Amino acid sequence: MKEQLEAIRVEALERIAEVEDIKTLQDIRITYLGKKGSLTSVLKGMGKLSKEERPVVGEIANKVRDAITTSLEAKIEVLENAALEKQLEAESIDVTLPGRPVKVGGPHLLTSIVEEIEDLFIGMGYEIKEGPEVETDYFNFEALNLPKNHPARDMQDTFYITNELLLRTHTSPVQARTMREYKGIKPFKMICPGKVYRRDNDDATHSHQFTQIEGLYVDKNVRMSDLKGTLDTFAKKMFGEDRSIRLRPSFFPFTEPSVEMDISCKVCNGEGCSVCKGTGWIEILGGGMVHPNVLEMAGYDPQVYSGFAFGMGPERIAMLKYGVNDIRTFYTNDVRFLKQYHQA
Amino acid sequence: MLVSYNWLKNYVDLGEITPEELAEKITKSGIEVEGVEYVAEESADVVIGYVASCEKHPDADKLNLCQVNVGEETLQIVCGAPNVEQGQKVAVAKPGAKLPGGIKIKRVKLRGVESNGMICSLQELGMDEKYIPSQFADGIFVFPEDAPVGESVNTYLNLDDAVLELDVLANRADAMSMLGVAYEVAAILGEDVNLPEESVTFSEDESAEDYISVNVDAKDLNPYYGAFLIKDVEIKPSPLWMRNYLMAAGIRPINNVVDITNYVLMEYGQPLHAFDYDRFNSKEILVRRAVEGEKIVTLDDQERTLTSDMLVITNGSVPTAIAGVMGGANTEVVEGTKTVLLEAAYFEGSSIRKTVKETGLRSESSSRFEKGVDPNRVKKAGLRACQLLQQYANGKVLTGVAEHDDLDKAEKVVSVITDAINERLGTEITDSELGDIFQRLQFSFDQNENSFTIHVPTRRKDITIFEDMVEEVARIYGYDKLPYTLPQGSNQAGALTGRQLVKRRIKRFMQGAGLMETLTYSLTNEKSVKQLMSPEVKAQNPVPVSLSLPMSEDRKYLRLSILPELLKTLSYNEARNQSDLAYYELGSVFISDETLLTKQPKEQLRLAAALTGKWTEQPWQQEKKEVDFFVAKGIIEGLFNFLNLEVTFKPAKLDNMHHGRTAVIELNENTVGFVGQIHPTLAKELDLRETYVMEVNIDSLLSAFNNVPSYEDIPRYPAVTRDIAFILDKETLAGEVKQKIKEAGAPLVNSVQIFDLYEGANLPEGKKSIAYRLLYQDPNKTLKDEEVDASYERIIETINSEFGAYVRS
Ligand SMILES: [Zn+2]
Repeated sequence: MKEQLEAIRVEALERIAEVEDIKTLQDIRITYLGKKGSLTSVLKGMGKLSKEERPVVGEIANKVRDAITTSLEAKIEVLENAALEKQLEAESIDVTLPGRPVKVGGPHLLTSIVEEIEDLFIGMGYEIKEGPEVETDYFNFEALNLPKNHPARDMQDTFYITNELLLRTHTSPVQARTMREYKGIKPFKMICPGKVYRRDNDDATHSHQFTQIEGLYVDKNVRMSDLKGTLDTFAKKMFGEDRSIRLRPSFFPFTEPSVEMDISCKVCNGEGCSVCKGTGWIEILGGGMVHPNVLEMAGYDPQVYSGFAFGMGPERIAMLKYGVNDIRTFYTNDVRFLKQYHQA
Repeated sequence: MLVSYNWLKNYVDLGEITPEELAEKITKSGIEVEGVEYVAEESADVVIGYVASCEKHPDADKLNLCQVNVGEETLQIVCGAPNVEQGQKVAVAKPGAKLPGGIKIKRVKLRGVESNGMICSLQELGMDEKYIPSQFADGIFVFPEDAPVGESVNTYLNLDDAVLELDVLANRADAMSMLGVAYEVAAILGEDVNLPEESVTFSEDESAEDYISVNVDAKDLNPYYGAFLIKDVEIKPSPLWMRNYLMAAGIRPINNVVDITNYVLMEYGQPLHAFDYDRFNSKEILVRRAVEGEKIVTLDDQERTLTSDMLVITNGSVPTAIAGVMGGANTEVVEGTKTVLLEAAYFEGSSIRKTVKETGLRSESSSRFEKGVDPNRVKKAGLRACQLLQQYANGKVLTGVAEHDDLDKAEKVVSVITDAINERLGTEITDSELGDIFQRLQFSFDQNENSFTIHVPTRRKDITIFEDMVEEVARIYGYDKLPYTLPQGSNQAGALTGRQLVKRRIKRFMQGAGLMETLTYSLTNEKSVKQLMSPEVKAQNPVPVSLSLPMSEDRKYLRLSILPELLKTLSYNEARNQSDLAYYELGSVFISDETLLTKQPKEQLRLAAALTGKWTEQPWQQEKKEVDFFVAKGIIEGLFNFLNLEVTFKPAKLDNMHHGRTAVIELNENTVGFVGQIHPTLAKELDLRETYVMEVNIDSLLSAFNNVPSYEDIPRYPAVTRDIAFILDKETLAGEVKQKIKEAGAPLVNSVQIFDLYEGANLPEGKKSIAYRLLYQDPNKTLKDEEVDASYERIIETINSEFGAYVRS
């Protein structure tokens, strides 16, 4: 009987080794291990064995069963893996073909610049104020120390609607409005971005509509060195830590003293090149200490309060930072231009 | 203001400082120097020669054969200039010399005759044509008789001079003169100013008042008028040095009298005017406002009609000059003028500005009066001119001046304390440093320790208050020496407001949805301003806001819709073969119902979008998907969804829109915008293909929007879905049916979605089938089948009775 069992084991393992499909393996299981299978029929003859022999043969029979089962399962796994492999092979695709496109939109470059500047000043404790684009002569000029017939009004050619209403020529009226909102008592820091308009012929460097960001800080004991430090911080964040700034005296009716700020030229590192017209510096913004008349008109006592203000043009910043060479480009909205600054 | 470096040297010792270095220093101290240019671009190797003889060329009518003595030798030169003559002193380029523009002079034969050099015109020496005196414009330049033969022309013609171009802003009227610039440069360099002489030898026997009296009618506009009288003047060219300086300053020399008034204008910043006394035809000067409609022919031979705002100089009856702007042709100094009536006056800037605006005449004189001249220099300038007329026109200056004078010539007094200046600047300037700065500026002052009382010279009209003095101190001290500090005062948190935050989120949503942001102009033309207004804007009967003085008809009106200009950008791109476009813009429209604007228009924030071409770029493994109504609508639905706002769409017929493919958008039963296809006729006009647009009032959306949504429990009980398809009349609106389902199913029906539309075979004529998916949910318990069934039946009954619809099985 031992010989019989051994013969079954050898034969079964040989057959399992030869098989190449799962169906035949199921047949083999039935042939050897099934209720009518050869191992079962051999074991049916166990009754004829002596009491001593029975456990010995039983153990051998169990070993044979285990050997066949293990071999069957191992073979099934091999065959299943092979089948899956074959299926994956059949499913393969050309991964070098393009993906399904996602529609990509994006911000206008000027929006990106404005938001970058907004975030930078928010970080320094500034709030953002907005105001109307159609302004009164009072807020656009008079409240800013530019009475009617002031010579400096010639500096700005204005689109008038009526004698008293106009398209704002700068975002400064928002400053005048904010000072009145805070009633001459509350210290504040604000910036005001927005669209402004000038009576200019559109060309590579002029646009009748453009954007501006101005800032204003009013408090007790505001110093001109605070303006210098603030603008320096701004310039380094906006244009790079290696930039330096230069302040020059200038003139604006709403500030005294007034400054013009240059940053060192990125192209030539201050050596002088065509971009900076050989000076090593590029003019970037204007500002100054708020004129006492402006404070006083808004209800802030210039003996107690002082302030600084500054203003800049995002178009100019974009032109310098990204090398855009025609201001009209921002307003023609050529899709090939807009796409260049998706990520900006 | 053009400042000649050589001229400036007459007033300030410039030492070894180069024009470029000087420019840099002036810029850093507050007056921007926009450029430094040299009178001649390159210096020429040219000398003064004497034309010993001049004969006709034997073989050429238009050429002359000259023997020219250039000092060491005499050169035979063939010259084609029409004005060459024997006995002249001329500019000679010898063989080997290089002229500006790279011309090299060689020995040549001209029509068989040897020519050893060239007699030069001023143009050939590199001077700007527009400043060359007219008598030399078409020929060679002729030197005065005393010009030294053999010497280089460079210094003699001031060709080595550098000209600094100063951008003088409105506040620095003082820098509109050589003396003003001299004071500025002296303060920067710490040097002294050498003032010019005003020493006139008056002719004792007669006085100006014997010949002229001055009466000022418009005293408010003309506080000072001085009239000098100079007899026996000899009209001739002014001295060469004066002509050189004038040319460098951008003024073309005319004759000695005119040149002298211009020279003093540049030197003192005080405009003067010379009348021909013999043609003045009266012994009285009357300064008054012009009579409305009064006429004068000005120096440029134009007849000008005057208004009552303008100030005129008259001879008692007729105008002889527009005060401070331009003289009259009838009293102009000409070749035969013998007696000069010289005006030195102070005219108020505001009046001059108005006159300039109305006449369009802007001159060196008017621009100085506009900014304001120095009251203490008016009469001095007159005297200076008299001195020069005596010197260079052999004039006899009559004693005294006929004048009207109630001009305030007092100096302003400003007091400052050192500490206050330091507090404002953030500096630690000492008392003695401060005193030194005032000294350099040549401001006289009284000092009591840290307290200064400063007498501001009248030339510096810009300094009237403490803050002005702070700027003076800062700029002479040096802006570059100011420390870097950050604000020390009260701190506030910076943050976007809710509205600003939502605006940014709306932009992000639109960008995420695949649209590019644009910026178009707010100004548009008459046709566009009336197009594509959203119905709720149109309902307000807006009157387009128009500019009183537009630059062009194309940019005259403030937009009432963003779409017309946005569509133009689509056309712009289409014309450049960029055809698949999805654009949006967030910006204001300007709504007013006033024909004559008395108050600011309402500025409403609107979101516009325009789509055309393929929605999916480079479609791959899927069919080409063109933009359609539902793409546009999907974007709006997405936006409102994103903002948790419920919105409904209703079919609408709007101008310039496709009548079957347009819907108005309603939020809480108010129209807030529209979406649809633009009318094919409009599309054709704009060279656009099928194009879809939308516009939404963002202000109304922002006010409905809740920035802080309240928390809702996540449902704990399972939801039940039921699908239902109705056979409906084709005209029945799917959205209305959906609304009814919701109402009939309330409160158990949580949401209703349309998921299928079928039209075609197996359906009766004129019918369509629409499938809805209903989501039942009870927040408090698990729904029972009976409850859902009952609701379901109720819905079917309602839809059947409302729309005559039945369930498709
Ligand atoms: Zn550079």
